[in-house]
Amino acid sequence: MSQYKSKFFCLAIIIISTLNAAWAQDDLLDLLETDEPAVDYTIATFKSTKVVSGHSVETNAKGVLQSTIGHRFGRINGGYQEMFGIDNATIRFGFDYGLTDNMNIGFGRSSYQKTYDGTFKWKLLKQKSGAENFPITATWVSSIYINSQAWPEPDRENFFSSRLYYHHSVLLARKFSNLFSIQLMPTIVHRNLVKTAKDKNTVFSMGAATSIRLTKSLRLNAEYYFIPSGQIESTIGGEKVQNSLSVGIDIETGGHVFQLHITNSRGMTEKYLIGETTGNWLKGDIHFGFNVTRVFTLIKPKEFKDL
Amino acid sequence: MKRIAILAFLIGFSSIAMSQKVMTRSGKVTFHSEATLENIEAVNNQVSSAINVTNGDLAFTMLMKAFTFEKALMQEHFNEKYVESDKFPKSNFKGSIIDFDVAKLTTKPTEFTVTGTLTIHGESKEITVKGFILKNAAGDIEATSTFLINLSDFKIEIPSTVKNNISNSIEIRVKMTYEPV
Repeated sequence: MSQYKSKFFCLAIIIISTLNAAWAQDDLLDLLETDEPAVDYTIATFKSTKVVSGHSVETNAKGVLQSTIGHRFGRINGGYQEMFGIDNATIRFGFDYGLTDNMNIGFGRSSYQKTYDGTFKWKLLKQKSGAENFPITATWVSSIYINSQAWPEPDRENFFSSRLYYHHSVLLARKFSNLFSIQLMPTIVHRNLVKTAKDKNTVFSMGAATSIRLTKSLRLNAEYYFIPSGQIESTIGGEKVQNSLSVGIDIETGGHVFQLHITNSRGMTEKYLIGETTGNWLKGDIHFGFNVTRVFTLIKPKEFKDL
Repeated sequence: MKRIAILAFLIGFSSIAMSQKVMTRSGKVTFHSEATLENIEAVNNQVSSAINVTNGDLAFTMLMKAFTFEKALMQEHFNEKYVESDKFPKSNFKGSIIDFDVAKLTTKPTEFTVTGTLTIHGESKEITVKGFILKNAAGDIEATSTFLINLSDFKIEIPSTVKNNISNSIEIRVKMTYEPV
């Protein structure tokens, strides 16, 4: 019995020793590859923090200041006398800053209705794969708007609160490989003052957007905000309120993104897109427009502080 | 039987002792591009590397997404447009240190030649570079190297619009402190 035991013991030693010898000849790369796979966060779901005029899920990284200048010209069907809309531009400039990689604050002013806007944007969830999986990126955006135009009826009692508008959206986006991204954006816009009793103060809209990669530096984007009927009855300048549809391209060079688009919306924030869009695509009420964004790194990542 | 076992044990054991390895998972690789309009610098502090001190075999592997840039937008462009990290998440090097003898290492850096295959962006290229190796006061092996690579060798294309922003010739700096496995 003891002989068997010792034989078994010997055999075990032989096997272990041989295994050890074999292990010692293993490839060095294999030794390194035993790492746990890393979490792979999806990047560049959209090229810019705006799809066209409405927000995308993207945020600026910590310490990054983004400046945006947007133009929307008049309607193309204004004809040659209006130079197809070029004579009649509205402008919005804005600044957005990354408090953290996921939390941004922004400020802007639109010439159209002389409106100031302040924005809070927070990326709540990130699409990821690898060691951890999550299918979508989710970002919450809220804005407050202040219309600073002179009161249309100065003789009656006017309240400051009547100048205020708000919008809140939850943006849900997914990037499909490196080909295209889609985004849903349920949104509410609240207007403190509306024209008639039939108009709802709080308007609900469902938005959808896409970004399709054409080349490494060129993307095709579209965004659409659908307003379920029965919420807005009054007209603006005799025209019915329409759903906003915009189509554009992103052209990326080093630090700039140029976005060129055509849209039936005059304004460049959610307040205008939902409830104040009157252009009718079928009638040619189309505005040409562009955004130019440039980013400035104000606070460098910690790895570069000592360089 | 017993003798054979002892012999096998000795051989096996000695082979472990003989092929000692040192490694790190927190090595540092930086790269530097100098072009007319701007300089670009990136740091990766999570590089894995191992040396077989018995025969001088050497390997590196790193995640491209672990490179941090001074500007967040550069980092996005690097991963999305240039090295295409979704398709090619890792870069690695596999080679050997020529005439490596661990016993001769001192606390002063000794120059060695390293030769092997560097794989970036799914493209492999044989490279031979100089490096310095020393054994620090704690007895750990430290290695440094600085060398140049050409992006065109790894099929990383630079669009003409940013020709003045990104250099084709990139300086790579490697700094590792190894610990026994």
